[in-house]
Amino acid sequence: MYQIFNTPLYKYQKSTDQDSKNLSHYRVLIIGAGPVGLSAAIDLAIQGVEVLVLDESDKVSNGSRAICVSKRALEISERLGVGKKMLDKGVIWNLGKVFFDNKKVYEFNLLPEDGHQYPAFINLQQYYVEEYLVSRIRELQEKGYSIEIRGGNKVEEVINEPDKVTLNINTMDGNYSLSCDWLIACDGPKSTVRSSLGLDFDGQIFEDNFLIADVTMDAEFPTERRFWFDPPFNKGQSALLHKQPDGVWRIDLQLGWDIDKETEKREENVIPRLKAMLGEEVNFKLEWVSIYTFQCMKMEKFKHGRILFAGDSAHQVSPFGARGANSGVQDVDNLCWKLKLVLEERAPVSLLDSYNFERVFAAEENIINSSRSTDFITPKSKISMAFRNAVLELSERYDFARPLVNSGRLSTPSTYDNSRLNSLDGMKNPTRSRVGAPCPDLPFNDDYLLNKTGNQFCVLTFNCKITETLEDFFLPVKTIEITEGDENKDFMRDRFLGQYKEAVYLLRPDQHIAGRWPSYDKEILLEALKKATGN
Amino acid sequence: MGKINLKPNIKNNDEFYSKLIAAHEGLSEEESIEFNSRLILILSNQVGDPEILAEALEIAKRR
Repeated sequence: MYQIFNTPLYKYQKSTDQDSKNLSHYRVLIIGAGPVGLSAAIDLAIQGVEVLVLDESDKVSNGSRAICVSKRALEISERLGVGKKMLDKGVIWNLGKVFFDNKKVYEFNLLPEDGHQYPAFINLQQYYVEEYLVSRIRELQEKGYSIEIRGGNKVEEVINEPDKVTLNINTMDGNYSLSCDWLIACDGPKSTVRSSLGLDFDGQIFEDNFLIADVTMDAEFPTERRFWFDPPFNKGQSALLHKQPDGVWRIDLQLGWDIDKETEKREENVIPRLKAMLGEEVNFKLEWVSIYTFQCMKMEKFKHGRILFAGDSAHQVSPFGARGANSGVQDVDNLCWKLKLVLEERAPVSLLDSYNFERVFAAEENIINSSRSTDFITPKSKISMAFRNAVLELSERYDFARPLVNSGRLSTPSTYDNSRLNSLDGMKNPTRSRVGAPCPDLPFNDDYLLNKTGNQFCVLTFNCKITETLEDFFLPVKTIEITEGDENKDFMRDRFLGQYKEAVYLLRPDQHIAGRWPSYDKEILLEALKKATGN
Repeated sequence: MGKINLKPNIKNNDEFYSKLIAAHEGLSEEESIEFNSRLILILSNQVGDPEILAEALEIAKRR
């Protein structure tokens, strides 16, 4: 089988910067060409900011890794120009089955809500996500955007100065230096940028290991998520089976913390485990196997001078709930528009403090959720185990116990309730679209609302019109008029109008709601725009 | 079953569950059993209704 992750997609090439006598300077440098770094690069480039990505490797992710892409991450990818490609390739799943020991205790259905372009989740190997992002970058380059990826560039040293960041970079042609106004560190849980600056990375001490394997097999399993608590083939631990595109199945077997990784990874040890799980009679082929170790950690602050941390470099969570890459993509969705406004001097540098506030808050939410899942899946005491098993046993027969079963609370976007960028909420409901929340999607003109907002601030008017010009505002603001019709009626009331006849919403470029009112007032709108940009 | 509510009724399941487990942290097994006994008596008093309490006992007996 052809494996994209064995092909260099951004091979090392000597850059003219390496021979230049003067230190080359960039507006923004990004370290790390994973889903987070690549998304950030595209976001900045399409907003007209010059950007360069450095990565020590030259290939996309080895193996499937982060396979569950959440609805919010897909919506962000849509804005970046790769969402539909991901949806076309990905496997959509809604059904989840939960097993305890050797029996099924219950099943759940994600029951996707109508009137959204994207489903709650798709499964897609991380290497496809990265490949699509890289080809999007190539497409932008052809169109003349200032965006570049350099493989084989290993950052060795980072100097955080008041007016710039300087990097010392190692290549096969020796070392060279670059400087930039802002550095985004998307270089993963073992971030060189973080360690080079001696910054903290703290959290709960628990650690666990997972054997993760991609297999192809003859047997047909339905498209569903299967989760096992304490199965006979992995006693005392958990297991997960998920379908991916190309007939590849992803298997996660929890191993515990006290293991020898090299031994566990050997094929002669992996194959019997998989046979026990899939059944002796099933023919399967191992495509890829790895041991994944996680800890729950986060930095205290994601902004350090001119360096901004995003994704796993800033926070790491347990894999239950798909809160890693999905939250990393939301980090840079939050950051890039702010960085652009700061670079253009349309917003004060202090706007970036809101990145820190909002995304530290989101990381805390993710850590709480994934820690609770971890505690349920791996009880740490006899009494905790007794409660867990009681919940699982009761859940087979009694509805009330089912919401207590925690095999991972799947990633949903955070609502920035206490952000300083929020204006006072002018409406009492709907709660889901309160100020700080991500804007819900809506069928709109034979398309979807979230496809129309673009990369700037946006005013949505529901059942009303803005007749005067907003061109005298200090920032371009796009207006979208939405009128109640057959296509959107119920959704509109449920998602935007609530008890009101009309409504006006102000959306930030990351599609979070900055303010909303039951009627339009230009002065109030301008004030909200100032507030949302830290002006 | 008659009167007992077996539909989900706890407001924030995950928060409640994590508080329940946290309450046992640092307790010996003996102390945990004592804690659970007190907890069941407190909750039983809150329920009050003898029919419901009898049903709860029946359900808990089943395996």
